[in-house]
Amino acid sequence: MKKLIASIVAGAAMVAGASAAGAGTLEDVKARGVLQCGVNPSLIGFGAPDEKGEWSGLDVDFCRAVASAIFNDPTKVKFVPLNAKERFTALQSGEIDLLSRNTTWTMSRDSSLGLMFAGVTYYDGQGFMVRKSLGVSSALELSGAKVCTQTGTTTELNLADYFRSHNMPYEVVAFEKNEEVLQAYEAGRCDAYTTDASGLYAERLKLQSPDEHMILPEIISKEPLGPAVRQGDDKWFTVVKWTLFALLNAEELGLTKANIDEKKTSDNPEIKRFVGVEGDFGSAIGLTNDWAYNVIKDVGNYGELFDANVGPSTKLGIARGLNNLWSKGGIQYAPPIR
Amino acid sequence: MASGGQDAGRKAGRAAGFINNPEVRGVLFQIAFLVVLGWLAYDIIENTARNLQKANIASGFGFLDRTAGFGIVQALIDYNEARSYGRALLVGLLNTLLVAGLGILLATALGFLVGVARLSSNWLVARIATAYVEIIRNIPLLLQLFFWYFAVLRSVPGMREKWSFLGVFHINIGGLHIPRPVFADGAALVGAALLIGILAALIVVRWGRKRLDATGQAPPSGWISLALVVGLPLVVFFLAGRPISFDVPVFNEQGPLLRRGFQAGSGLTVIPEFFGLLIALSIYTAAYIAEVVRAGIRAVNEGQTEAAHSLGLRQGQTLRYVIVPQAMRVIIPPLTNQYLNLTKNSSLAVAVAYPDLVSVGGTVLNQTGQAVEMVSIWMIFYLGLSLLTSYVMNVWNRRVALVER
Repeated sequence: MKKLIASIVAGAAMVAGASAAGAGTLEDVKARGVLQCGVNPSLIGFGAPDEKGEWSGLDVDFCRAVASAIFNDPTKVKFVPLNAKERFTALQSGEIDLLSRNTTWTMSRDSSLGLMFAGVTYYDGQGFMVRKSLGVSSALELSGAKVCTQTGTTTELNLADYFRSHNMPYEVVAFEKNEEVLQAYEAGRCDAYTTDASGLYAERLKLQSPDEHMILPEIISKEPLGPAVRQGDDKWFTVVKWTLFALLNAEELGLTKANIDEKKTSDNPEIKRFVGVEGDFGSAIGLTNDWAYNVIKDVGNYGELFDANVGPSTKLGIARGLNNLWSKGGIQYAPPIR
Repeated sequence: MASGGQDAGRKAGRAAGFINNPEVRGVLFQIAFLVVLGWLAYDIIENTARNLQKANIASGFGFLDRTAGFGIVQALIDYNEARSYGRALLVGLLNTLLVAGLGILLATALGFLVGVARLSSNWLVARIATAYVEIIRNIPLLLQLFFWYFAVLRSVPGMREKWSFLGVFHINIGGLHIPRPVFADGAALVGAALLIGILAALIVVRWGRKRLDATGQAPPSGWISLALVVGLPLVVFFLAGRPISFDVPVFNEQGPLLRRGFQAGSGLTVIPEFFGLLIALSIYTAAYIAEVVRAGIRAVNEGQTEAAHSLGLRQGQTLRYVIVPQAMRVIIPPLTNQYLNLTKNSSLAVAVAYPDLVSVGGTVLNQTGQAVEMVSIWMIFYLGLSLLTSYVMNVWNRRVALVER
């Protein structure tokens, strides 16, 4: 009986704990002095620690950008590694302030999961990786294939939709972590490995001989990946959203980590508003007026982050494509600061 | 006036006596406890519901009827993506029961063997058993799970090749491929015959044992039972016009590469995820069961063995008729514990892609976001299974308990 009571009390404490966060995330983060950011523990280019435990990746850098906007210090982030299954509960329960973990923005997540997506950091789509020796050149030839993937993602649903709509039988083998998906794929348990195309490029690097594997041309879904926060905290939502917009606007204005100091004295009114010498845009969202300047000074603009983490010069070698600015043929477009 | 005071005093005395009565007190405390418990439960539920609503998270079990939309690699019942979340969870539940049930059988058999072997007078056998127990118990189950699963995957031929045994069993990385029984009309008769045969065999065995006790002669009940269990259904099988046939797995060696290998839907495929999990669970739990068995046998007085030997019983007979029956009293309670552990440990399945209740439930949780409902389903299921297991084991325990005369 004693045990029962103890567990009930523990349960009650957990439920109560879930409601504790929510008064004001921005104030909570400021008071704590550190941003708790949920990231992928093992996706090269998006979120992964290196041998020294130093985190890197596009999603990871976004966390740093938000920390810069708040604290003018990109190191004030505590990275919380989360798998696909844990991520939403971690955000809902207040364990993290911000989820920046290659998460697809979907309607059900935006509605019944109690989340809000602050924008899109990476426009992605689901693809397939196969062995070149399989002699397949299109996903439409995968009828009857065994497909490995990770559980608890939109991937499983897209896969089912795609094969069903093309009337192709398939078999899905779903693991909890992408390490095991890759091992099983490498062992030959499945013919194909499916996840977001960016993820496939990242995972392929971990294979013993990456050159023996290819990514099929078909992209079977839209996967807009972006940072998410809890619903019902507009102030915090605005901070995260505008940090992303600042990264994009900086690239469009030609502001980089290297040149932002000299541009600070520019006469361009747009840049003046951006770096905070004109207007009150920072304090209007609960930050200092030079918040956007700090973000760019500390981490760089969107283009710089892209190039450093996933761009053509990295191991992943992903072209900008859709993720280029709207003015350069892509669809990345941020509302102006004015 | 005076009498009134006396009256009140007596009343108060009676009331105090009422409170001090240990029986009454016990009942009162229990009622108070139940009220507090009820209030706590109400508060938790109410608080959770309010918080979920505040956070704009959907609640309720309505999602169980919605379309699941994801595939599952092993389903014991009819399932496809168009079925509901509820159906998907049922598939996961049955998969858990399958692996836990078989795991318990295997772990018990292996555990008893190793446990007895540890006490063997043969130096080598005893040392091997000791090494087994010590090594297995000291490696985390998850690591063993990965070891067995990936060892299974690495050591067998790829998807387009196979190993065959007796032309019936085929193994490759896709799993074990065996003929699948197909039941036509009349198959139920064979099933019924099998059931009757087993019942009859049980009666024969019981009669045989009574006969042995009474006369000291053992009738050949083993042979009679075998004839009943195998022969009776076999006769009915032919009389009913052979209603059970087998669908053999088809292996394509021609055609496009992706088409080669075992044709989907032919024969019965036992997936490697199942093997990996089953082997790991059985071997891991068997090590603990071996210790339980060893302790149980040790608990039986040495004099029992000596007495049995002096009566002329051989080593095997001593073990079977004297030691183990007495050891069972000690073994059953901790054995129950191991069975419960095995069942709960089967939830590690998700690590090796075996679609058990936790794995499927995790996907459902992620698609719907209804963590509270999903976790409560898990809790109810595992609690129910544990209670059921422990009930069955307790009944058995009462049956083998030492009867004091």
